[in-house]
Amino acid sequence: MTRARGRTPAPLLVPAALAVAFLVLPLAALLIRAPWTRLGTLLAEPAVGEALRLSLVSASAATGISLVLGVPLAWVLARSRARGRTVLRALVTVPLVLPPVVGGVALFLVLGRQGIVGSWLYDSFGVTIPFTTPAVIIAETFVAMPFLVVSVEGALRAADTRFEDVSATLGASRWTTFRRVTLPLVAPGVAAGAVLCWARALGEFGATITFAGNFPGTTQTMPLAVYLALQRDAEAAIALSLVLLAVSLATLLLLRDRWLGRAVP
Amino acid sequence: MSARRRAAVAVALLVGLSGCGGSAADDGGQTLTVFAAASLTDVFTDLGAALEDQQPGLEVRFNVAGSSALATQIVQGAPADVFASANETQMSVVTDAGLAADEPAVFASNVLEIAVPAGNPGGVTGLADFAREDLTLAVCAPDVPCGAAAAQVFAAAGVTAVPDTQEEDVRAALTKVELGEVDAALVYASDVASAGESVEGVAFQEAEQAVSDYPITRLADAANPDAARAFVDLVLSEAGRRALTDAGFREP
Repeated sequence: MTRARGRTPAPLLVPAALAVAFLVLPLAALLIRAPWTRLGTLLAEPAVGEALRLSLVSASAATGISLVLGVPLAWVLARSRARGRTVLRALVTVPLVLPPVVGGVALFLVLGRQGIVGSWLYDSFGVTIPFTTPAVIIAETFVAMPFLVVSVEGALRAADTRFEDVSATLGASRWTTFRRVTLPLVAPGVAAGAVLCWARALGEFGATITFAGNFPGTTQTMPLAVYLALQRDAEAAIALSLVLLAVSLATLLLLRDRWLGRAVP
Repeated sequence: MSARRRAAVAVALLVGLSGCGGSAADDGGQTLTVFAAASLTDVFTDLGAALEDQQPGLEVRFNVAGSSALATQIVQGAPADVFASANETQMSVVTDAGLAADEPAVFASNVLEIAVPAGNPGGVTGLADFAREDLTLAVCAPDVPCGAAAAQVFAAAGVTAVPDTQEEDVRAALTKVELGEVDAALVYASDVASAGESVEGVAFQEAEQAVSDYPITRLADAANPDAARAFVDLVLSEAGRRALTDAGFREP
């Protein structure tokens, strides 16, 4: 029986192999076509370092904000018995399916200088959000936070609530229970969600270029740099893509064994 | 009115951007695919509709973007019948790759102009205002033609520009003005002409230092060479010229 279970049924084998080829070949092509001899010069440009630094900083900041706001939201979605939760869940996960460019335009309409909130910020404090690094972080958070929320909510639903019940019967307050019992219980789910969220934020393009614009050093993240490099020098674009690929792979490998292996949302 | 206009711009942006992934089904009718610089969006759409009226059954489809992106796409094998570029540099990317069917013909030229939101809230009067830190300013990325032209006029005027964003194509820069999110953007005179009431233009002398010539050509791999010739002929015709000058372009 165990042997039969390990063998892949033939009808699954071909599509599975095709899927592997489909997913892996483009990445392999990046490596094959990479301008290895020029790589050093291409990546030594100061703009590359700036874009990479900005990407890492803003993706991490977006993940931080998503953790602070998203974990409580996930708890509400998973545990609260308030009515309208289904609607709420649908609403907050819309950015998952929304084209990011649409998200960027929508952010303009709220936080832009003429936006619902942004016009007040501009008139009262002279604060302009678009075209700044915070705008990059906001755009990335908007697009990436739902990944974390969905992941953490899944973990919360899968977690055994009896531990929380016991904690409550032992006299712990709800806040203590959340901090000391629930959170450690779903930590792998939170970590997996954070990694997903970070990776999504790192790759964010559409909402960023729309809402935050494109300026080296302040708003030009790696994906934007790749896109614009492609218009000028395809090899430079490939070189930049390799950097992003390396960062993503390193993150996955680093975190896989530690957390991701255990967390199945 | 201005709020409605802004809403219309936002909607147009949504539709335009979400539509660019759409593919036309092969329905038996002839399709002509034109790759055109972003600044040609409006006038080419009109010319395409005119050609569709002349040739029933023909569908003219446009891929409008920064000329550099288009040139890259064509070199990478994108199926196109006609390429109209916003400068000679990007056209030469295509001709150097041996992908043009004919010698490219210059059909229009364009100069830069400063676009400001209606009412000119930033009080922009000339190119020198692009050095003002207190304004939110957009230019095109140096990789696309309008950005290359911008660099030329700034150099000619001796202005050290401090833009807040380098947009991926000229229409993206214009949209930021239409939305009122920037105080000024450096775009083409034709873009200001096409933008309507929500945008005002501020002309400046140094614009003459960077006159962009727009070349057009059929592509060697055109799936529909006859329709491609018809479209190029239409653009170069008297009617095409008139449409272009009406839209704010100059005669070549």
